[in-house]
Amino acid sequence: MERTPVIELTNIHKKYYIGTPNELEVLKGIDLTVYKGEFVSIVGQSGSGKSTLMNIIGALDRPTEGGYILDGVDIIAAKDKELSRIRNRKIGFVFQSYNLISKTNALMNVEMPMLYAGFSRKERTARAKELLEMVEMSDRMKHFPEELSGGQKQRIAIARAMANDPAIILADEPTGALDSNTGRLVMDIFHRLHEEEGKTIVLITHSPELAEETQRQITIKDGEVIRVHTKEPTDSSFRNLSHNTQAVPESMKASAPSAFGTPDNDGTAVLEHIKESSV
Amino acid sequence: MIILENIRLALYSLMANKMRALLTMLGIIIGIASVIAIMTVGNSLTNSVNDSMSSMGANNITVGIRQRTAEGETNEDGIYFESLIEAGEMKTSDYFSSEMLHHYAEKYAGEIKGISIQESIASGKITEGSRYANVDVSGVNPAYFVANNLKLVSGSYFSKEAMNQGSMVAVISDKAVNNLYGGDTESALGQTIEIQLEQKYYRFVIIGVYQYDTSQGMFSSASEKDIITAAYIPLKTAQTLNHTEGYSMFTVITNSGVDADKFATETQNFFASYYRNNRSFEPFAYSMASMVSTLTDMLSTITTAISVIAGIALLVGGIGVMNIMLVSVSERTREIGTRKALGAPNSSIRLQFIVESIVICLIGGIIGIILGLVLGSVLVKVLGQTASPSISSIIISLTFSMVIGIFFGYYPANKAAKMDPIDALRYE
Repeated sequence: MERTPVIELTNIHKKYYIGTPNELEVLKGIDLTVYKGEFVSIVGQSGSGKSTLMNIIGALDRPTEGGYILDGVDIIAAKDKELSRIRNRKIGFVFQSYNLISKTNALMNVEMPMLYAGFSRKERTARAKELLEMVEMSDRMKHFPEELSGGQKQRIAIARAMANDPAIILADEPTGALDSNTGRLVMDIFHRLHEEEGKTIVLITHSPELAEETQRQITIKDGEVIRVHTKEPTDSSFRNLSHNTQAVPESMKASAPSAFGTPDNDGTAVLEHIKESSV
Repeated sequence: MIILENIRLALYSLMANKMRALLTMLGIIIGIASVIAIMTVGNSLTNSVNDSMSSMGANNITVGIRQRTAEGETNEDGIYFESLIEAGEMKTSDYFSSEMLHHYAEKYAGEIKGISIQESIASGKITEGSRYANVDVSGVNPAYFVANNLKLVSGSYFSKEAMNQGSMVAVISDKAVNNLYGGDTESALGQTIEIQLEQKYYRFVIIGVYQYDTSQGMFSSASEKDIITAAYIPLKTAQTLNHTEGYSMFTVITNSGVDADKFATETQNFFASYYRNNRSFEPFAYSMASMVSTLTDMLSTITTAISVIAGIALLVGGIGVMNIMLVSVSERTREIGTRKALGAPNSSIRLQFIVESIVICLIGGIIGIILGLVLGSVLVKVLGQTASPSISSIIISLTFSMVIGIFFGYYPANKAAKMDPIDALRYE
């Protein structure tokens, strides 16, 4: 099976307050490749650097150092205006707090990315209706965000993320503000997009249970990838098998007794992926 | 295309905050409304001044006598003296004499079409039973009627005899006839009227009725009934009543093709020669045309001055718009972040907020124009004129409110455009 990389991050560093005593390195050299059609999750506690990583993947922020190719486009070299275009065409954002534009109805919210892409009104409306149908929100087309429940809002947000048929869908804690039932519904939509439409989805979450559902879990701690866990070994996508210089936390050892690429009793492979921060 | 979307969006956000939008617009509305109202009034007044002046004849030259102004002298020692003026009442010898006028008329026979003389007496009241009419009585010569384009409705002007003898006859306005006899101008002829002038009653026979020109009562706010119109009596009669012989003022009607301004100077010089030895008084002459332009200039200066003050209101309004736009930008920080995440380039964000600011200002401007036109028309009506709104001021106002929108919207819009998408998305 031939696999095309969609996201290629190499040695990503992000530092703040550079040159001051408070210099803070949030990302300490991340290597990550996500292939077309993959459903991966980036897991980490708050403060782990996963949000910063998400911002970089989402072309909202630039790394201090490192390389990033998204769907064949060099993001590092892109100017601000090009980044807008890349976000518009190649990335579909789904936020924890939905971020629908208030005072604008569901249909217009879904149309918004297409507006910035320069589609005609007719094209926009037709596509937006299609997408709303896909998330089963056709009957709420003319409703305003404040008239909708959280789950409904998130479904509209997903439809909006799909508007320009992006290369990746970047979902930041999409179920974080929802109860478990609605959260389940939203996750089901992601699975459907992944399975039926072949979408590449990157899910950012702090919840291990949600991450379990994805094909590959990338765990981040203190700005480093500490663990990559792939469900099906045949479809594994980890690439950097550098040496593990750090002890695997006890909790992780428990859940993954036979680490380092050996299939465990569940048939899943656990891999430690740690880059030396000193490099 | 995106502009249309932005206008739609701007309207949505205004609709969502109606009260705030209205309050924001208020500054613009007041500013524009006052500018338009002032412009309308100024324009109407200028028009009516022009009309009434030109109806009096732009080629006319008014000649009169005025007190000499102090003329400074500097002596050998370099000390400045103000020469003494012998002020006081005008004596008979200070007036223009018939002789002077004769000489003048002879000398400039080619330029002069006629000389109209008016001798004001006083304001008075004609009573006819319980009815009355207010009049301003003055003695005139026949040329006066020509010079002022007065049209007779019925009867006739003064005959030569009446002029020479100083008969007690009068020509009154159709308005006065209306107040006295209910508009029957024919039956008014031959009637004897009593005019009260300074406690004394004089009897005059009506021999003519002229058509009152509404533009003459320029600033009169009197009701139809109390309106003061001119009543004319023969010049000689007036002089007898006034106990005067000379003329204090007259109007020269020039032949067409004569440069009125130049001829006015020549006339002034001509009469000045008679007054060389008069230490108190001197003649003056000016053409109607120059007076019209002086008056119009004055009016437009006043209009501009008041407009500038109104413009300050507009400026304050603009600052209000900027303030509310800044509030709007910070309230919608998350929206801005979201839009940026969805791929809106900075230019689109900037455009969105500038369009919103322009829309606020334009709507405010349009309301202001309507309000200003209504207010201006009412004011003009009160002054008894026909309103003539100036189209240019409307166009200027619309452009100006748009410029305000761009000017005061740019800074907030730019602030929005420059926002960091990550910070904006994180904003609570």
